[in-house]
Order: sequence, then C-alpha cells, then structure tokens
Amino acid sequence: MKSNAEMGDYRTAQTLETFSFLPPFSQEEVYAQINYMLSQGLTPSIEHEDPALVSSVYWPMWKLPFFGETDLGNVVAELEACHRAYPDHHVRLIGYDNYTQSQGVCFVAYRGKAA
Amino acid sequence: MGKKYDAGVKEYRDVYWTPDYVPLDTDLLACFKVTPQEGVPHNEAAAAVAAESSTGTWSTVWSELLTDMEFYKGRAYRIEDVPGDSTCFYAFIAYPIDLFEEGSVVNVLTSLVGNVFGFKAIKALRLEDIRFPIAFVKTCLGPPSGIQVERDKLNKYGRPLLGCTIKPKLGLSAKNYGRAVYECLRGGLDLTKDDENINSQPFMRWRNRFEFVAAAVEKAQAETGEIKGHYLNVTANTPEEMYERAEFAKELGQPVIMHDFLTGGFTANSGLAKWCRDNGILLHIHRAMHAVIDRNPHHGIHFRVLAKCLRLSGGDHLHTGTVVGKLEGDRASTLGFVDQLRESFIPEDRKRGIFFDQDWGSMPGVFAVASGGIHVWHMPALVEIFGDDSILQFGGGTQGHPWGNAAGAAANRVALEACVKARNEGRELEREGRDILEGAAKHSPELAIAMETWKEIVFEFETVDKLDA
Repeated sequence: MKSNAEMGDYRTAQTLETFSFLPPFSQEEVYAQINYMLSQGLTPSIEHEDPALVSSVYWPMWKLPFFGETDLGNVVAELEACHRAYPDHHVRLIGYDNYTQSQGVCFVAYRGKAA
Repeated sequence: MGKKYDAGVKEYRDVYWTPDYVPLDTDLLACFKVTPQEGVPHNEAAAAVAAESSTGTWSTVWSELLTDMEFYKGRAYRIEDVPGDSTCFYAFIAYPIDLFEEGSVVNVLTSLVGNVFGFKAIKALRLEDIRFPIAFVKTCLGPPSGIQVERDKLNKYGRPLLGCTIKPKLGLSAKNYGRAVYECLRGGLDLTKDDENINSQPFMRWRNRFEFVAAAVEKAQAETGEIKGHYLNVTANTPEEMYERAEFAKELGQPVIMHDFLTGGFTANSGLAKWCRDNGILLHIHRAMHAVIDRNPHHGIHFRVLAKCLRLSGGDHLHTGTVVGKLEGDRASTLGFVDQLRESFIPEDRKRGIFFDQDWGSMPGVFAVASGGIHVWHMPALVEIFGDDSILQFGGGTQGHPWGNAAGAAANRVALEACVKARNEGRELEREGRDILEGAAKHSPELAIAMETWKEIVFEFETVDKLDA
C-alpha cells in the first residue's frame, strides 16, 4: 500500500451468518447446498422471519421439518412456496442432524427486504 | 494364609511384570515409551515404571502386608518394540481404577507422571497415551458447554468459527485494545482472543480491558446483527483473583472467558470449568507450556494425553496446532488428538498415534482451535483438515491486512465461506484451493488484497516430534 488514497474503507454490514459474506446464491448454488444436505442424511427444514426481528433466537417454521425427504425437487418446491407466502421475509434453509442434535447446514436462501 | 514379611530389595518384575494379565474394562491403561539404562532388561524396566507409578517403592515394607497389594498394584502387561528406534520400547501398564480419586485428572497425573519420571533405572520416559475407562470418564464434569451448546448459543452452524488473537500481544492500552477487537468483529470475525500472556499488566489492568472489550463486543453485535464474543483471559496468580475476574466478565454479560490450563494448572482449570458450567459461560483454553512437556519424542507427555486430560478437566475450545502454519504438528498425529477432543468413540489406530480404544460416553466435545501463523492461503487446507467443528484463528493474518482489521476479518470470512460452499458442492479444497479463492476474490477487494499480501509466505520445516514409524 503506497498511499492513503489506495487504501480501502471497510463498511460494516448487517449480515446473516453462514454464506452472508458471499454474493446472493443463484438457483443452482442453492440446489447444490440442498443436495449436499440430502447426501449427508440431514433433515431439511425451512424457517422465515420479518427482517426487523432478525436477531431473535427462534424464527417461525414453514410447516414441519421434512423428515425422510430425499428429493431435491420437493425441497425446492417448499422453499419457493414459503418465499411466495412471505415475500418480504428472510427465508432460511436448515439441515438438522439428529445425531449431533445440531444443524449441519443453515443459511438464508432468500434475503428479505428491510422495512 | 498370608505371606511372610521378607525385608530387602526385590526385582520389580517378580511382582509387577504380569504378561498373562488381561486388562479389565475398568482399568486405566497407559502406554509409556521407555528408554532404559544400559543392561536393564525391558521387562524389568517396564515393571519398575508400573511399580513407581502405582503402589511400589524401592524396598519392601512390612505395612504392605496389611493390605491386598495384588488388588492395588499397577501391572506391566505388554512390551512392544518402537518402530525404527532400538533405544526404547513401549510398555503397557494397567492400573486398577481405585488408585484414583473420582473425577480427578490431577490425581491421575500425579501418579502416572510423578516421581517415576526421575527414576534412575530409566534414561528417559514418555507417556504416549492413556485409556480412561468409561467408569472414570463418567465421574468427570468435562466441557462446561461443549460444541453443540456453543453453536446454539452463538447461532453459528455449518462452518468453522472464525477468530483472531489481538496484536500486539503486549503493550496496548485498554481503549486501544478494545478498538482492535471492535474492528475485527465488525469486519466479520465471530470471536477475538486475549493473548495467553495478557493477564493484568501495568499497561492494561484487567478490569479496564474487560470494560472496553465489552463495549466493543456489544457494538459489533448491534451493527452486524451476528453474535460476537471475546475470550477474556482470567488466568491469574491466585484462584481467588481468577474467580473475581470471571465474575466481572459475567457481570458485563460476556459470553466467553479464557484460561491457560498448563501454566494455571489442572486444579485451577477444573474449578474454573465448573464455575463456567454453573454460570453458563463458555471456556476457551490455551496450551502455553505444552511444548516443554510434549515436544521431546523420548521424554515427557504426548499432547494427546494433555488433550484428553483437558477434555476431562473441562474446556470448550483447545488449541491443537494448525498443521500448516508456523508451529509444530504432524498431520496424522494432530488429527488423532483432534478426534479425542470431538468424538464420542475413537478406536485404536497406530497410524494416528492412538494406542487404545477410547470411549467418551456422553461427554460433550471440545472445539479444536487452529491458531498461529496462518493466513487466507491456508484456508482451503484448514477447512479440509479440521472440518466444521473447529475455530480458525488468524492473528497476523487479520490485523496485518493493509486496510486494517475490519478488512482483514472480512477477507478471512469471505475465504472461509467460499471454501465451505465449495466443499459442500463436492469440490476438492486442497487441490482446487487457488481457484476457489481467486473466484471469491472477484467479489471481495478485501480478499484480493489479502491474497496479494501473503502470497509468498510458507512455513516448511521438518516436524521434530514425528509419529514412530
């Protein structure tokens, strides 16, 4: 860095945990993550939330976790249905791991509009 | 009918060498690497180690006959050659569980690595591994929270956590130190860390540090919407002072504190871990002094033993080395003890330096911390080697960024997420690392600058302590 003019400024961003430092995912990129989740034997689950309440521990679930689901198309259909029902909300995709009782995958697939 | 008392010095092997013994499930088993003095037969040296680390002393005493020594004695039950080294051999010793106080790794270590290490019949001695019976494991409190609870508290899933040690490690004032913390956290790190030798020096007293760090954590959290933390080092000269610092961290609402478990000692560590469990606070553990104990391949204690003892004593994170950075660490051996921290059952695997099956039962897992001399170019290898249940800490690799801490933090966060995404897409991180990082840098000027800054740094020295092969 030779001069101050060449130095960049980092602007603080509101972020949404895992993958929120990457550009928004394309459809194919979301599908790849769902395929990973299914290949790991994780149970897909969908949650959504009003961006104003983003820091709450619990977000409302969209239906129940999809136990036993192995089909990419079915998960994608539910994800899109949730987004249509709550177009302004964040929608996140979770892969529950019942062995570790944790989440093997969790990221926001649709970023909502801040009020 | 009892034995007669027969005063004098006997050969150890008459009593403590029992090659036909089949260890019990409740026995504590140990593997020592023994370098005997010349002329001492292997089974005599092994028996001597068993005796001196359990019930024996150099001379027979009459009061032995008042108890059942056959029940209490340690037994050398197997010896093996060390591959590629004829100066030493492995001795396997079984100790009855009643030799040890319940829940006390302090008591186990005082026996197993006590006076026996100065014993004259051996030139050098190294404790390679311990099999803790599940009956003993269940008496230890272990990690205050563990991996699963910590992820839920911090809301971090599906990736390693990202941290860094605040630099310069000594000399900053409390307010300037808090500034460095704030910049790292607002840039995208999850956690920052006190250096292990930050306690309460004249340039920055602990109370001032805690207050300014709390302000930094709170602000970064509010601005980013993500949960943040800073490991407040509560290591102190007395337990009373340590607890006073811990209480103040709790009062400030801080999520995590830190302890130097080897310099502070196992008694202090087990007590602090219990305090953390009682107060819902995470505990980060640094291993300063470990290399004094574990680096010499013929004498001391292997780090896998210290790691197991820490999991029993209690800690939610433990430094394990990086394999790729500036500090010592053989890859297979490191992965061997990383498993001991995180998994619930680890089978014997000599290729990774694991001498016994180890059952941890329901004891929570400990995050493996990779810290020291690492930067963005190491990210693909680190994600591959350590997997999700790890904390990757880039000190110089964050704060050495030409634009400062926030940009350095963002560069690391982008690189981390790009690597996790690529791994989930089925790409091979170590082979395709350059492509993955270069792709991510197209959307992140911070990452592009970081990659340019550290492109030429490599750390390639031979490991001093290699696995025996």
